[in-house]
Amino acid sequence: MSRLSDVLVRGVDQVFTAEFPALDAGGMAVVAKHAQRLRPWFTACNATDNPAAHAHASNVATAIAMRQHGLEPIMQIVCRDKNRLAIQADMVGAALHGVENLCLLTGDDVTAGDEPEAKRVFDLDGPQAIAVADTLTRGTYLSGRALQPPPVLFPGAVENPGAPPFDHRIERVAKKAGAGARFLQLQICFHPDRLAGFCRGVAAAALVGHAPGTVSLLPTIVLVKGARALRYMHEKVPGIDVPEDTMRRVSAAADQAEAAYQLTLELAREALALPGVRGLHVTDFRHDDSVERLMRDLGRIPAAHPEESDAYRPAVGVQDRHDRP
Amino acid sequence: MPTFLPLIEDAIKKPIWNCRTCGQCVLHATGMTCPMTCPKELRNGPCGGVREDGSCEVVPGMRCVWLKAYDRKESWPLLPAWKRHFDDLRPPVDHRLHGTSSWLNLVTGRDRVQPRGWAWAREARAAELGALA
Repeated sequence: MSRLSDVLVRGVDQVFTAEFPALDAGGMAVVAKHAQRLRPWFTACNATDNPAAHAHASNVATAIAMRQHGLEPIMQIVCRDKNRLAIQADMVGAALHGVENLCLLTGDDVTAGDEPEAKRVFDLDGPQAIAVADTLTRGTYLSGRALQPPPVLFPGAVENPGAPPFDHRIERVAKKAGAGARFLQLQICFHPDRLAGFCRGVAAAALVGHAPGTVSLLPTIVLVKGARALRYMHEKVPGIDVPEDTMRRVSAAADQAEAAYQLTLELAREALALPGVRGLHVTDFRHDDSVERLMRDLGRIPAAHPEESDAYRPAVGVQDRHDRP
Repeated sequence: MPTFLPLIEDAIKKPIWNCRTCGQCVLHATGMTCPMTCPKELRNGPCGGVREDGSCEVVPGMRCVWLKAYDRKESWPLLPAWKRHFDDLRPPVDHRLHGTSSWLNLVTGRDRVQPRGWAWAREARAAELGALA
């Protein structure tokens, strides 16, 4: 059982996840550097899959490398670049290496990236990809061919509380939870009213919880340096809207970096107080010491020896996490 | 008859719904809006990239296909039996059916054939969630 599933299912503590930086070059030294920085604060981190439709080191390779450096991966899989055979192969292949947490999403279109001329695949969509992961955990491939012993997978997904159709995003959660998603990392949302309405709606629909058929919510908060980054997200990132007031609040400040930090902290605190919210997903575009500052301001204590001191304990009788029935 | 069926289907569905002849039509369950006209061909609801004004992430001038589907489901006098299937988890597309007549596939049941593992897991989930409820 992954640490993430253990903490989420038992409900013992808040869960903080983060985006692991997309890797390009520099080998394992780069992985080690990031893993060391993130390990004390996060239960698990996302091994991204060609984020924003830009090619990088693959999700599978990144997830395995993170694991080798003591950082639990949540392997993202987007439906844009691979068909159903390749997606199943990635899930099963990563599971061979002990990668259990998955985050399954439809993904940005190819036109959002730097190779807009590429063929878009979308052989599966987000909800179907979740159901495919669930199918594997039940001991068969999509075709019905046996997969024994079945891989241990903990599927999650993404939902966007900040994009239309606002009234119907709850139905999307129901569909994803029904397909087997156990947690949802929510897209960055700069409209606290929308996020609150969404979380209350999900809770009212009895979709939050620890059991199958329900999800834990992890809203994303983003650390940025100033108003320029907010403007960029507003204009360039599909599905993100930054209200004019919010942008002005940061751009009008004498110290933009500090104003942007305070905005993030405020959004984080508000999000943590919402029903169904079990923690946060942190995306860092500042690349300074503000991840640590944010975590301390949220009352978190760094795990001194993350491997030992974390809530993760293997189940009784299970000696080897790779070799289970 | 089977020879003419695709021609009649095309003649009706192409001009009205911009039919892409996927051969496994779900129009009735998706608010009479063809999900194959979504640039990502999403059959299970909108993606997270819908713009603030309700337009498509990929084609800025176009209203999100799924926003149209929700509107029509709510405002059009569609059969309740169709509306009930709106939120169903639809299986991955069978690409072998592309270019064939979905009416014919409906009659023969070919459009309801699903990968064995998919169908089995779906039933297992339904049984599990039913037991929990």
